Order: sequence, then C-alpha cells, then structure tokens
Amino acid sequence: MNRPPIQKTVRISIDSRSCKKCGICYGFCSQNVFTLARDGTPEVTNPSNCTYCRLCDLRCPDFAITLEVIS
Amino acid sequence: MSGYTFKSYLEKSQLPHMWCPGCGDGIILRAYTEALAELCLAPQEVVTVTGIGCWGKADDYLGTHAFHGTHGRALAFATGIKLGNPDLTVVALMGDGDAVTIGGNHFIHAARRNINLTAIVTNNYNYGMTGGQYSATTPLEGKTTTSPNGTAEPGFDLCFLAEAAGANFVARTTCYHAVALKNMIKEAISHQGFSLVEVVSSCPTYFGRFNVHPSPVKMLNWLKDKAVPVQKYREMSAAEQAEHFAVSTLVNKNRPDFYTTYKRINRPDQSAKGEE
Ligand code: SF4
Repeated sequence: MNRPPIQKTVRISIDSRSCKKCGICYGFCSQNVFTLARDGTPEVTNPSNCTYCRLCDLRCPDFAITLEVIS
Repeated sequence: MSGYTFKSYLEKSQLPHMWCPGCGDGIILRAYTEALAELCLAPQEVVTVTGIGCWGKADDYLGTHAFHGTHGRALAFATGIKLGNPDLTVVALMGDGDAVTIGGNHFIHAARRNINLTAIVTNNYNYGMTGGQYSATTPLEGKTTTSPNGTAEPGFDLCFLAEAAGANFVARTTCYHAVALKNMIKEAISHQGFSLVEVVSSCPTYFGRFNVHPSPVKMLNWLKDKAVPVQKYREMSAAEQAEHFAVSTLVNKNRPDFYTTYKRINRPDQSAKGEE
C-alpha cells in the first residue's frame, strides 16, 4: 500500500448512519481536521489539513470514516 | 494485489454493530479485517471462531466462515476445525472472560499442544456484556459491579501464561495502537503453531467508568500511557512495572506445531515426503 505524499487533497466523509459520536476522530486528529457539534456529532471542518495518516479511519470503532485521495 | 479490502470480510447488512460508542472491539475488528486483506486470504479460506461476550459477537459482522460456540470453548472448537481441515486459516476471537476465566484450561492446552491457530484476545479487564463483573484479568483492587470496593484477587498475565504453556508466538498491544495491532495480527496468523495477540482494550461503559473515565478518548489515552515497549519495561523498577504493561512481540519461537509432530510420529511415510 503506497502512502501518497503529504500534499494530496483528501475527501473525508463520515457516515452518519454508523457514527456513534464517540469522539475518537476528533480527540486524536493531530491536524484538527474535525470539530464536534453541540450534540457530539463530528464534522469535517478543516479537510485541507489532512496528511492522510489514516489513523482516524483505522481507529473509528464504527467504520464510519472514508478517506479518498482526490488529487 | 489481491483486490481485497477490509470490507471484503465484513457482513455489511449486519452493521452498525451493537458495541457501545468508543468500545475497543470495533477498532480490533477493523485491524483483524485489514490484516486478512493484506495477507490476501480469501474469506472462504478463513474460519473465525468465537465464544460469548461483547467481542464474541464479532462473528455476526464477519463474512469469513464463522463458528459461534459456547462460553470459554472457542479454542476447543477451533482445535477441532483446524485438525479437521489443516488448510484453513483458523482464528479464535475471545475476550478475557472467554479465554482465561471460563476457558482457561482450553487456553493453556491449546498453547501446550501448539495447535497451528491464532487467538486474538480482547482484554478489557471485565465481563462487559453481562454488566461489568470482574474477570480473571481484572487487576487487583479493580472496581467492577461485583467488586465495588475493588477486587481482592490479582489478575492473570495472559502473555506469561501463554508463554509458560508453550505458545510459539506471543504479542501484546492495545486498541490505541491501531497500526501495530494490524501488523501484529498479520504476523501471528503467518506464524506456525499457537499464536496469541493480547489486545488490551477499552470498555468505557464499565471498567472505564468505574476505574478511569467514561470517555472513550480518555480510555485510549490511558492505554497509550500504560503501554511500554518491552525493552523499556525491563529497565523499569518494580513499582513502575506495576503501573504499566509491556507491549510488542514477547515470544517468537519455532517449535513444531501439533499437526506436524502428530504426522511425524503417526504417518512417517507422509511427513518424509514433506506433505502438508
Ligand atoms: S459493555 Fe464494554 S466491552 Fe461491551 S460493547 Fe460496551 S464498551 Fe464494549
């Protein structure tokens, strides 16, 4: 699996049907890509910060996060 | 590339799963399916055997072959499946209740026989599914619903137990270390003989709430702080060791597995030809 270089643009989506609002993606993203709404729902607010480390995807206990490299 | 992704091994119609928000089980299931994809194993070549408990529900969400057995007996069924068809990749998913509380005897004997299968034990220090009672891995003075003031018993060290019983491959990590976990599972499945991956996991609902914090993020940070690479762990004082646990590969041996030895003794003509 080749990890793309850092400057790629990544599309991050969260499947609201699967997400249980545990806060792990928000709690551990070192690049502050996510923010939490008042009810705890994570939102992708800074996608351009994403370095495609994939840790939010791998640590999401509910398989709710999809990362796609678009350019 | 095989074209498999982690999704190739999931039964999508069964998702979302029943585990609580932030439970480590989902992270471990992801690592397991990622490992299968990277090993290019077809779902029909793999049998996942489970017992009872929160982690024992994992087979509901898997598209590999699956056998959901009785509490504590996953390794007994897995042994039968592996010896019935040695070509299958057999993986037993057990919690601490399954593996060493109710099923402790099966655990030591699978390791002693060195059956060629992999056990992935999710150790969250309590029985989550039945309401957070203490198990044989709950640490001394750990608070659970059946020990509200703390247990009077020390917990088992699963990895020491497996090593002493004769396991070929023993490794420990946590569900915080998602990438290391996936790599460890890959190595364990590839290793001949009995392989154990102990994943120290978070149950924010019970053990976390009573002993650490109900927040899944705080629980993962707690696991991260407790886990120390084995070299560093050995250099720690006894007092520091009591507050931490060693992670990474702890045992890596090549003792012949049960089936190889059985064939050598009972079918010397076949094993001389190198038949698998
Ligand atoms: S009770 Fe604990 S182990 Fe069971 S699903 Fe909930 S958090 Fe996970």
